[in-house]
Amino acid sequence: MMSVETEIRFKLNGREVALMVPVTMNTLSMLRDKLGMTGTKYACGEGECGACTIRIDGKTVNSCLMYAVDCDGRELVTIEGLRTPEGLHPVQQAFVDHGAVQCGFCMPGMIMQADYLVENNPNLTREEAQRGLEGNLCRCTGYTKVLDAVEAVVEAKKCCGRC
Amino acid sequence: MNEIEQYLAPRRLDEALQAMANGDATVLCGGTDLAPQTESGARQYTAKLLNIRRIDGLGGIAAETDQVRIGAVTTISEIRCHPALAEIAPVLVEAAEHFASEQIRNAASLGGNLCNASPAGDMIPPLLVLGASVELACWRGGAVQTRLIPLERFFVSPGKTVKLPEELLTAVVFDRPAADFVGKFRKSGPRPALEISTVSLALGARIADGLLSNVRVAMGSVAPTPLRARHVEAALEGKPLDAASIAAAVAATAEDAKPIDDVRASAWYRSHLVRVFLEEVLNDVRGN
Repeated sequence: MMSVETEIRFKLNGREVALMVPVTMNTLSMLRDKLGMTGTKYACGEGECGACTIRIDGKTVNSCLMYAVDCDGRELVTIEGLRTPEGLHPVQQAFVDHGAVQCGFCMPGMIMQADYLVENNPNLTREEAQRGLEGNLCRCTGYTKVLDAVEAVVEAKKCCGRC
Repeated sequence: MNEIEQYLAPRRLDEALQAMANGDATVLCGGTDLAPQTESGARQYTAKLLNIRRIDGLGGIAAETDQVRIGAVTTISEIRCHPALAEIAPVLVEAAEHFASEQIRNAASLGGNLCNASPAGDMIPPLLVLGASVELACWRGGAVQTRLIPLERFFVSPGKTVKLPEELLTAVVFDRPAADFVGKFRKSGPRPALEISTVSLALGARIADGLLSNVRVAMGSVAPTPLRARHVEAALEGKPLDAASIAAAVAATAEDAKPIDDVRASAWYRSHLVRVFLEEVLNDVRGN
């Protein structure tokens, strides 16, 4: 179905973006097919798996369920925006260090959600991390090491208080 | 196939309602139901796609006065994390706690969950036991007109409500529960997250001197719409919470719950779960 297009402007990983999008396009398709940002993954397409998790105005959402038009005037962060000038983001590094990555397809979403959880709760427990990651599925079933990684990030933040 | 001719994201309620006046607008808020439903073809777009998320005054929770008001675009996360709501209506916060996943809670709106009118909608049973009403607004006679409908009379059938196509659900309101009000919520599914409730149940009642009053019991996924369980309520009203009244209430569930067999559970299992949940919540209240 052809649908009417509209112009939207928003901040993507800190940079201003303006583009025309079909009004029924979802944010995931916009990122991948219009902007070439393929770090955010398509898996279930219906909000069950979390592979497409991004941040919008600081909150994590499933980009497959979010209408691209609704990005207008807002701030988007994708996995590409997590990397720091020094290299990997501490959450990414912890996932590497703990061998939390198997096939890796769920990782961008998993890391986006883990970062959100750690940022919003400095005392995040393993149980809370588990609940917070309920919307992220890993078909390799590698959840234990993911939780180890998240726990390590929480501990590291407690010790230096800066990262 | 219907084509969208216009996309609108107004800042003002009157603009939105004028755009809806012909009844040809598809309302978009969080998109968590609209996206999969249109994608699968279960729902068709209409001429206008109307994003209501930017309308001033349509969000936010006002819980300071005798009447609690939750704006339609308030997200489930905002309900889940609201300190005053946790104090005065923990039954609603409890339901928000077990709603889908964090990513969906961050996007899904309260108004959307109600207008989607699923028999399994998780916000509905707790709001029914809180005695909530929904505020519906429309543009008529050159002005914004509103009407208040008790939530209990809002649902017609799966996906259908009494809301007219030109009306927008703008808020949910309920009286601040009395100090002796207790509320409980249970839902069931094969896993705790992202589950369309096999059965859900909420209890709300005042309890003084060991006697129950103003008893409200609501159930989800046991009928074409979420419902108030009038027979169960009658079995408990004015009674002490003892083994006899609990047994009578559990027996009365058969009068209220009329579930069907479907892909998620059999009618027999749903009837069984309702009995178990009711007994559990009543014993919970009794234990406290």
